[in-house]
Amino acid sequence: MSGGAGFFDIPSDLQHTYLGLIGEHLKEALIPVAGGLALSLPIAQLCVRFRWLYPPVLWVTTVLYAIPSIAFFVFLIDYTGATETTVMIPLTVYSLVVLVPAIVDGVRSVPQETLAAAEAMGFTSMQRYLRVELPIAVPAIFAGLRVATVSSISLVSVGSLIGNEGALGNLLSDAHVFHRSNLAVTSVVTTAVLAIVIDALLIGIRMLLTPWLPRGSRSARRASVDAVTGPAPEEARPLEEAAR
Amino acid sequence: MSIFHFINAFFSDGSHWHGYDGIPTRIMEHLQYSFMALGIAAGIALPVGLITGHTGRGGNALALIATAARALPSFGLLVLMFFWLGIGLTPVMIPLVALAVPPILVTTYEAVRTVDPSPVDAARGMGMGPAAVLFQVELPVALPLILSGLRSAAIQVVSTAAIAAYVSLGGLGRYVIDGLYQRNYEIVVGGATLIAGLALAMIALFWLVERLVVSPGVRRGR
Repeated sequence: MSGGAGFFDIPSDLQHTYLGLIGEHLKEALIPVAGGLALSLPIAQLCVRFRWLYPPVLWVTTVLYAIPSIAFFVFLIDYTGATETTVMIPLTVYSLVVLVPAIVDGVRSVPQETLAAAEAMGFTSMQRYLRVELPIAVPAIFAGLRVATVSSISLVSVGSLIGNEGALGNLLSDAHVFHRSNLAVTSVVTTAVLAIVIDALLIGIRMLLTPWLPRGSRSARRASVDAVTGPAPEEARPLEEAAR
Repeated sequence: MSIFHFINAFFSDGSHWHGYDGIPTRIMEHLQYSFMALGIAAGIALPVGLITGHTGRGGNALALIATAARALPSFGLLVLMFFWLGIGLTPVMIPLVALAVPPILVTTYEAVRTVDPSPVDAARGMGMGPAAVLFQVELPVALPLILSGLRSAAIQVVSTAAIAAYVSLGGLGRYVIDGLYQRNYEIVVGGATLIAGLALAMIALFWLVERLVVSPGVRRGR
């Protein structure tokens, strides 16, 4: 391991240990997802309440999703500089784009009878939202969260292109500069493992939150398709209805 | 404001419009990488998705593969492949294909699997074989959803193909990477705008394709 050629000998220009980079990576990836979730819940609720709002919102999100991360980072350098914020703003937007349709579909899939029952029990609309609609939408929301989180973890690395803001991705530029392919292996493997571990954690949390669902439920898988295809206008739903 | 100034300056500079570093050349390169990756990914994912969706088996294995492929960081994979394989198209194709396979695979599987069972039964009752059922009944009905998977893959591939420039290839990423090194934000912003524009063009393209290939009956039913 002399000459600093090991997998875990992090070059000093990164000013982080291996674990420090992992922490940094998680921070840069997960804060945007949390922010995206916080923003998309009210937006989705507005789309459910006012149906006419949903198609234009879908269009805006589709367009935003089409902006490449590298382009998005670059646009922002002018305003927020080469900082973590510049990486986290686009990731927040991408999370939002994945989450809004997932939540809207999830909340809309709540059966009319259930809503009527909640109303008959004297729930206010806020109670109904928090205790009926949201819990039933949990599988759909989590399907969206999983896609958003995994892609966020993967995209943080691109931040290394705008100056050392890519956490584990910075190992890639260092691998390039110092001709140490070991560092690239470390970066790729660690990022992939992080994504898989966080994904598994989310599945676990989803199961804890929805004890009434059989494992690997159909609706969850259905929702995961919606999440993969992203903000796909109208395609999926009527097909699903036809299948019943 | 300043961004629009940069964009304007980039596009009004005549020297950006020809030569090997001109906008038309870079767009063609970008499209070449993108469609090649998309073609390979579709070649892998469509048949697998169609067959597994038709038989309704292997869904969990597919979900597992898709999750694993999605967990691979494209940019990291590119740099790694560059180290292992050197300069060329292959190190660029591997991450792009890995990026495009999961959405195509998962949506195709799910699209075919969730086709209304009654026309499928009717087709079987009329004596259609498995291939005829798949291609004449299930595929046309599943087409809109399959196309949305392809579209989502196309958008991601076009966006991500920009990183090819990082390992010395062409494409629109060239402007972004070179501009960043030269601290020339006019070029960076111009390149970024072109990539975003190309990604949006993909949405338009798929909208057109859907108009053309999806049967009017299926479209009306939705």
